[in-house]
Amino acid sequence: MGKIRPEDLEKIRERMARTINMREGDARARVTVHMGTCGIAAGARKIMSTLMDLVEERGIDDVVVTTSGCAGLCSREPMLTVELKGEAPVKYVDMDEDKTKSIFSEHIISGKVVKEYALAIGSERVG
Amino acid sequence: MKSYRTNVMLCGGTGCVSNGAFKIKDALERELKKHNLENEVGVIMTGCNGFCAQGPVAVVKPDEIFYQLLKEEDAAHIVEEHFLKGRPVKELLYTPPAEKSPVPKMSDIGFFSKQRLIALRNRGMIDPEQIDEYIGRDGYKALAKVLTSMKSEEVIQEVSDSGLRGRGGAGFPTGRKWESRRKDPRTPKYIVCNADEGDPGAFMDRSIVEADPHSVIEGMIIGAYVVGASKGYVYIRMEYPLAVKRMRLAIEQAREYGLLGEDIFGTGFDFDIDIFQGAGAFVCGETTALVSSIEGRIPEPRQRPPRTTLWGKPVVINNVETWANVPAIINRGAKWFSSIGTETSKGTKVFSLAGDINNAGLVEVPMGITLREIVFDIGGGIPKGMEFKAVQTGGPSGGVIPASQLDLPVDYEQLNAAGSMMGSGGMIIMSRKSCMVDVARYFLEFLNDESCGKCTPCREGSGEMLRILERICQGEGRPEDLDTLEELGEAIREASLCGLGQSLPNPVLSSLEHFRDEYEAHINDKKCPAGVCKALITFTIDKEKCKGCRLCAKNCPQEAISGEAKEPHTIDQDKCIKCGVCLDACKFDAVLVA
Repeated sequence: MGKIRPEDLEKIRERMARTINMREGDARARVTVHMGTCGIAAGARKIMSTLMDLVEERGIDDVVVTTSGCAGLCSREPMLTVELKGEAPVKYVDMDEDKTKSIFSEHIISGKVVKEYALAIGSERVG
Repeated sequence: MKSYRTNVMLCGGTGCVSNGAFKIKDALERELKKHNLENEVGVIMTGCNGFCAQGPVAVVKPDEIFYQLLKEEDAAHIVEEHFLKGRPVKELLYTPPAEKSPVPKMSDIGFFSKQRLIALRNRGMIDPEQIDEYIGRDGYKALAKVLTSMKSEEVIQEVSDSGLRGRGGAGFPTGRKWESRRKDPRTPKYIVCNADEGDPGAFMDRSIVEADPHSVIEGMIIGAYVVGASKGYVYIRMEYPLAVKRMRLAIEQAREYGLLGEDIFGTGFDFDIDIFQGAGAFVCGETTALVSSIEGRIPEPRQRPPRTTLWGKPVVINNVETWANVPAIINRGAKWFSSIGTETSKGTKVFSLAGDINNAGLVEVPMGITLREIVFDIGGGIPKGMEFKAVQTGGPSGGVIPASQLDLPVDYEQLNAAGSMMGSGGMIIMSRKSCMVDVARYFLEFLNDESCGKCTPCREGSGEMLRILERICQGEGRPEDLDTLEELGEAIREASLCGLGQSLPNPVLSSLEHFRDEYEAHINDKKCPAGVCKALITFTIDKEKCKGCRLCAKNCPQEAISGEAKEPHTIDQDKCIKCGVCLDACKFDAVLVA
């Protein structure tokens, strides 16, 4: 990029938005791939890279993709938790690439829970 | 541009870098590659995070997990556990001194949560070597606003209304300074950023330049537009190689984008910046000496008035922190800025905490915060729960503030009234381990060394004060010495040419005011109550408390300690050099200093 004009700042800001938002953690949705040994063995890495590709392809800048340990239901791995801001987290089980794609467009983007893949809504009580 | 799901914001400030931050970065990247995570997790070198005492530190975003005291060997563990499996590594989390369990989140750590960042708004959030990251966090937006929609008068009005005052120490209203230079008909005009930070224990300016050089550059360009300057200098000491490197890179990137040079933003405004490296003389932080240095002459202060000029032309000289505040004021408005702080001191101030304090590091706090909050809530108090004795504010030529004034709200006027000053923001915290006479002697030694020698009161006066203080520390003080110190101090303050000399007696006069009893103990009783001045102390071993563990004897460099195992030891006073190693080694408080 050569010399810029005031209006170019906005373009750079848009280009940087995802990087900056990811650091601020101020996102509309948070997707957690459970990456315990069980999850990884069942193919959680593939789910993660599918999610990363989807985010990249569609230029999404307000979704945080993160990992956590085993969710405790090892037989139903890979698992995914989707949490939209202000809503209860939804756990999805037995994930594969296609299911991930449909959850991404229906739940994460459009806000509709994909009931057929969902295990439960909400989290365990802690403490 | 590739974006990561997880950003490891690894501190790349000078403190963490000297503790191996770059090696840790390489190790993390190596491990990430091993696990095929290099496209998902990025390691970003930021500027100083501020929590220097716990360095090297890193903050993992977006989870905000704060890691401390990192070592190269930790990389494999962090990558596998945290970045692959999503489990933060407990052993590397921070545990506050008074608590048992670690605090994983940065926002829950008292050191960070009490701070308010304006000048340091981008610290730890961006890679300072990437201009796009600065722009991504609203960088150069203020400049665009100023150049396309504001008149010089409007900008000055905004800066004046904000209440911004010089952060270099004197606290002169920035808007008024700019207005006087704007009205000056002489051309060309110059802009200077004073980054010649010379106070021992101070690293505010270095950290701002290392963490966010573009904020300083943007402030300078706005200042240049307002007064009609065409050329700027960043005067930075060559002892700050990382800051120089990042500033140089930032200037180059700004030039590439046309934010420096001719026809900035296509508006027809021309301005460029060069770096001027100082050789590290303390006096160069003084405005008139600084311009002499840029002009290529001996850096000696000049008489003021007339107003300071550079090559006989008008110049605006502001400190790093002042410049870094300017874009934030333009973006968020004078009203917002002036809502923070006290009646006379608006906004925030960056302080570096050093000395006897748990959380040594860099903090930015709203003006009006009390010293107690800074020392205890943010600074975490004194190591080992020791008693707080005093804090030296304003650098070597500031003054000491005793425990009785801990509730003093920090602003320009209050610190002056307490016999100290804001200065550029160094804070040295002292516990009962510090001898106030010795501290005053140390600062006078520094100032005497750094006195440029041009005017007699400063040159000779500092030498005379130093000789008296040395004499007192040696146990050879005379009763009349304290009066002489006070008289000399007043004379130097009145008669010196520049700020260095005028403030030079502060550490002596303020400690005499608050800790006169310590001076008197040295002179009359030949005792050093803090156990510091070697000529006045002896080390002995308490036979009741000594368990005969041999630890002191093993550590003594002089082999001055003798005694059988499990029997009380003794110190041979002829061999003892009073280094205090035994005192630190003893686990039973059996070593006595008297």
